Amino acid sequence: MKLVVIAGTPGSGKTSVLMHVIKLLKKTTSPCVVKVDCLWTDDDKRFDRLNIPVRVGLSKDMCPDHFAIYNTDDMLEWATRNNADILLNETAGLCLRCAPYPDGCLAVCVIDVTTGPNTPLKVGPLLTTADVIVATKGDIVSQAEREVFRERIIEANPHSRIIEANGLSGQGAAELTRIILDMPATGADLSLRHNAPLAICTLCTGEMHVSKRYHMGVLRHIDGSMEYKGE
Amino acid sequence: MKLIQELTIIGGIDKSGIKEEIEKISISPGEIIGVVGPTGSGKSTLICDIEQLAQADTPTGRTILINGVAPGQEIRTDPRKKCIAQLSQNMHFLADMSVIEFLNMHAKSRNKNSNTAQRVIAMANTLTGEPIYPEHQLTILSGGQSRALMAADIAVISDSPIVLIDEIENAGIKKQEALKLLASEGKIVLVVTHDPVLALMTKRRIVMKTGGMRQIITKTTSEIGLWNKLVKIDNYMMSLRDTIRHGGLVEEVSVA
Ligand SMILES: Nc1nc2c(ncn2[C@@H]2O[C@H](COP(=O)(O)OP(=O)(O)OP(=O)(O)O)[C@@H](O)[C@H]2O)c(=O)[nH]1
Ligand SMILES: [Mg+2]
Ligand SMILES: [Zn+2]
Repeated sequence: MKLVVIAGTPGSGKTSVLMHVIKLLKKTTSPCVVKVDCLWTDDDKRFDRLNIPVRVGLSKDMCPDHFAIYNTDDMLEWATRNNADILLNETAGLCLRCAPYPDGCLAVCVIDVTTGPNTPLKVGPLLTTADVIVATKGDIVSQAEREVFRERIIEANPHSRIIEANGLSGQGAAELTRIILDMPATGADLSLRHNAPLAICTLCTGEMHVSKRYHMGVLRHIDGSMEYKGE
Repeated sequence: MKLIQELTIIGGIDKSGIKEEIEKISISPGEIIGVVGPTGSGKSTLICDIEQLAQADTPTGRTILINGVAPGQEIRTDPRKKCIAQLSQNMHFLADMSVIEFLNMHAKSRNKNSNTAQRVIAMANTLTGEPIYPEHQLTILSGGQSRALMAADIAVISDSPIVLIDEIENAGIKKQEALKLLASEGKIVLVVTHDPVLALMTKRRIVMKTGGMRQIITKTTSEIGLWNKLVKIDNYMMSLRDTIRHGGLVEEVSVA
């Protein structure tokens, strides 16, 4: 089984690019897709049109990143049961601190060039630990902006492959497909490339008060200092 | 990739899966070639195939060769080496920065020296009637100013040997000057256009229909003879547009 994790901020074009890639993959392989989101998604309806096994996981009030990692084994099992040889996992990717990639997967970060030339520096492990960075929506910005954006990506992650893609026309899909076809199968017993975002505090368990005196756990102050409050 | 002697498009299939009539076309540096055809005839797809340096791996099955051979994996996938620039009228500047700040950033990423940005602005100002100043914010530029700046930037900073242009005639810039500027210095230029003045600036034009390349028209002698007249008519239309823009009346016309 090959595991491909496709991460990126909401609306960056993950599903649009994947739709084109799946059409190409289907010629020689059996891909399936799991979409993880927080509250709601209709991506499954879009993927359904391609006649491949599709599944949705909603994380509700759990961090979607933690949710996806925790459920990776289940997703892989489901893919095997459906006789697939490639599992495409589209994440929710809500925060810029997400770190969703296990070591043996192909880590794909989809990033929207219209978000401005400084975005690649703001996105953390999502981009810096990715193998492939897919820059979308180049059709609506100038050549100059695309080039500056690309240089910023290289600064943030010098080892990645950059694909300038278009979710509407399918530009770049052939290249991403080739990379997926060439990748080795993902082994068992995966580890994360980067630790997931931290969330161990009273807010996580439902505390509603805002004032500091109600909170315990591992906490970071606005000045950057950290403290542990509790028993 | 500075040394491109020839760009070749090898035909694939059209939207109905039938082999394209044009099997092969080669373009040399210094040539501007037109792409014409009705809406939905596949003009943008052709541009997209070239941009991707397709190797029979896009829906059209076309293959793009550089200097007669398939470009190596590195040229196809390393955007720094690819050296294809694109300009279309859907493109905007979205970065929230001043013109000079942004151009300096772009120039630096391309290892150009520090007065490059000023050169871009000066050149852009030859293409638009509304002056662009270095301290202008990029996002408040008009459509015409943006397109002028993009064209000048492609000519000076991006400096790509292959330039793909998608319908810039309605961009509100001096289109002939823009095309001449982009085509200068031995570039290969493909321009999608419906504009008679731009179309007749090309030596040849590819005619698209239902997704396929159907025909290649070489500019005729009569067309060459017509050129000056067309430019006059076009300039006249531009002056009328200007009159309207400035609140004037157009009660009489006198076509040259
Ligand atoms: N202009 C342009 N629009 C694009 C491009 N790629 C995607 N879009 C549009 O962007 C919107 C969001 O695309 P999606 O593919 O749904 O994005 P996503 O990352 O899957 O979104 P979520 O799953 O909700 O996080 C859609 O309206 C797409 O049509 C592109 O390259 N250019
Ligand atoms: Mg999606
Ligand atoms: Zn997160």
